[in-house]
Amino acid sequence: MSSSATVTAPAAPRSASPGAEAQPVTLRRVIRSEWIKFWTLRSTWAVLSAAVVGMLVLALIVAYNTRHLTSNLQANDIAPSSTLQGYYLAQLLIGALGVLFVSGEYGTGMIRSTLVAVPRRLPVLWAKLVVFVTVTATSMIIVSIVAFVCAQALLSHYRTGFSLSDPGVLRVVIGTGIYLTLVGMIGGALGWIVRSTPGALVAYFAVVLVLPVLFGEALGNWGKQVAEFLPDQAGASFSTSIPESSYSLSPWVGLLVLVGWVAVALAIAAGVLRRRDA
Amino acid sequence: MIEVHQLTKRYGAKLAVDNLTFTVRPGLVTGFLGPNGAGKSTTMRLILGLDAPTSGTATLNGKPFAEHTRPLHEAGALLEARAVHTGRSARNHLRVMAATTGIGRRRVDEVIEMVGLADVASDRAGSFSLGMGQRLGIASALLGDPQTLILDEPVNGLDPDGVRWIRNLLRGLADEGRTVFLSSHLMSEMALTADHVIVVGRGRLLRDQSMAEFIAAASAETVRVRSPQARELAGLLAGEGVTVRDPADGMLEVEGLSSDRIGTVAASAQITLYELTTLDASLEEAYMSLTEDAIDFRSPAGPGAQAGVAA
Repeated sequence: MSSSATVTAPAAPRSASPGAEAQPVTLRRVIRSEWIKFWTLRSTWAVLSAAVVGMLVLALIVAYNTRHLTSNLQANDIAPSSTLQGYYLAQLLIGALGVLFVSGEYGTGMIRSTLVAVPRRLPVLWAKLVVFVTVTATSMIIVSIVAFVCAQALLSHYRTGFSLSDPGVLRVVIGTGIYLTLVGMIGGALGWIVRSTPGALVAYFAVVLVLPVLFGEALGNWGKQVAEFLPDQAGASFSTSIPESSYSLSPWVGLLVLVGWVAVALAIAAGVLRRRDA
Repeated sequence: MIEVHQLTKRYGAKLAVDNLTFTVRPGLVTGFLGPNGAGKSTTMRLILGLDAPTSGTATLNGKPFAEHTRPLHEAGALLEARAVHTGRSARNHLRVMAATTGIGRRRVDEVIEMVGLADVASDRAGSFSLGMGQRLGIASALLGDPQTLILDEPVNGLDPDGVRWIRNLLRGLADEGRTVFLSSHLMSEMALTADHVIVVGRGRLLRDQSMAEFIAAASAETVRVRSPQARELAGLLAGEGVTVRDPADGMLEVEGLSSDRIGTVAASAQITLYELTTLDASLEEAYMSLTEDAIDFRSPAGPGAQAGVAA
C-alpha cells in the first residue's frame, strides 16, 4: 500500500492502550527524560571519553617527564596537583559538554518539543543540571583519582611521590573533579543564556581562557587582583597544591567564589528561560 | 477546546498577531488558513506557551497550556519547523518525550507503528526525509493521547498516501470528540479535511465560519456554455456586471448571469447550445481574493518585475 520502500503503511489511529496513559509531569520524570536525552547522543560519549582519556594520558606524561628530580624542575612541577594538569584540556571538553547539552536543543529546534512537554520550563533546567552534575561529578572525580593514583604508581618506580592520604592531597584530587563539574555548569548556563552553540562556546572559552589572561597579565596589579576572583583562578586555588601559593584566596574561599559564579550564571539562565520566547 | 481572546503579538515593529479572537471547538476539524506570514504559526506558538502574548489570552481546555499537569495529554503539537534533535533516533526522541509524562515504551512503539515508521525507528532523525520527519512529528503529537491536536502544516512533504492517511486520522480523532486544529496555506487541501475554517491575513481574523458557509459565500457563480455560435452569444450576454471569457473555441465561461438567463437569451436569438453548466466556484480563487490584501510576501508582479529580481 505504501509507495515508499522504507516507510511502512500507517496503521489505523488508536487511542493509548490501558497503562500507557500520560501521568503528571514531575521533576523526577523530567530528570528521567533528560537522562535519556544525555545518553542517546553520540557527541556526549565522544566528548566525555575525550575528557577521561585526556586526564589519564596527561597524568602519565607529566609523571614520566618528572620522574627524575633534576634542577630543571620547579616546585610546581612536582606538587601533587601537577599530575592532574589534564584538567586544562578537560575543562574545555566538559564546558563544551555543558554548552551542547543545552544549545543542541536550540540549534535543532528540539527545545520546542521539550517546552511543549514541560511548559513550566524551569524543571527542564533543573533536570538537565541534575543529570549533568551526576554524570560529570561522578566521572571526573573518579578519573581524577585514577589518573593521580596511576601517575604516582609510575613515579614511585623512580622517586617518592604522594599518596591520597598525604595532607591536602585528597582535597586537590577530588577538588579537580569538583572544579570540572562547576565550570561545566557555567558552560550549561551559557548554553541557556546564549542559545546558539558557537556563541555559547565562544562565551565559555572567553570566561575560562581569555578573561584570566586579560586580567592576569594585561591590566597590571589591579587586574591580577580581579583575576583571582574569576571562575578559573578561584577554582584553581581549591584544586591545586602549589606550595608557595601564588593564589591569595584560600582553597575554601576559592571554592566558594566559584560556586558563587555558578549560582549567578544559573540564576540568569533561569531568568531568561522563564521570560524569553522559545 | 481552544479559546483565543484578543490575542496580540508584536515582534519589534512587526505586528504578527493582531487582536485575534476565536474558539476552536471539540468534535470538529478546524482549518487555520492564511498566506505565509499571516500569523498562523505564531498563534499556535502562543496557544502552546512557546511565545508570550503582547496582550490578550489563549487557553487550552480552560486553562493556559502551562498550567496543565499532563501537558502532552491536553495537547499534541506538530510545529512547523522540525522540533527534533537531528542526532537522536526516532524511537529515542519519542522515549524522551514520553518519559516526561511517565508513558512507557509500549505506547512509544504503538505510535511508531501508527505513523508507519517501524522500519526506520532506529535511524537518526537527521537522516529523515521531510515526509518522514512529519510522521515523526505526528507520532510525537499522538503520544499522550491528547484531547487537542495542534498541527502546523501537517501535510507538508507527505506523499499522496500520507495525505490521505492524515485526513482519515484527523477525521477519526475529531469524531472521537477531540479538538483538531490544523493550519495550511492551501485552501484545496483544507476543503477536503476541515469542517470549520478560520482565515487570517496579516495577523487579523478574516473569516470564522463553517466550511460549507465559506464555500457558499465564496461562490461567485460561473456558467460554462458550449455553442457553435459562441462568439455571437458572447456579444449578446455582455453587459454590466457580467464577465465573459472564452477559454476554448466554441466555449464560454460566464460570471454574473444565471444559467436560466443565458438559456433564455440564447433561445430568443435562436442560438444552439451544446452545453449549459453551472460550475462550482473555485474555492482557491475565493480564498485568494479574500487574502489578497493580506499577503506579505507577494511575488513580484509581471515578467518585468521578475526579470528585475533575476538581474
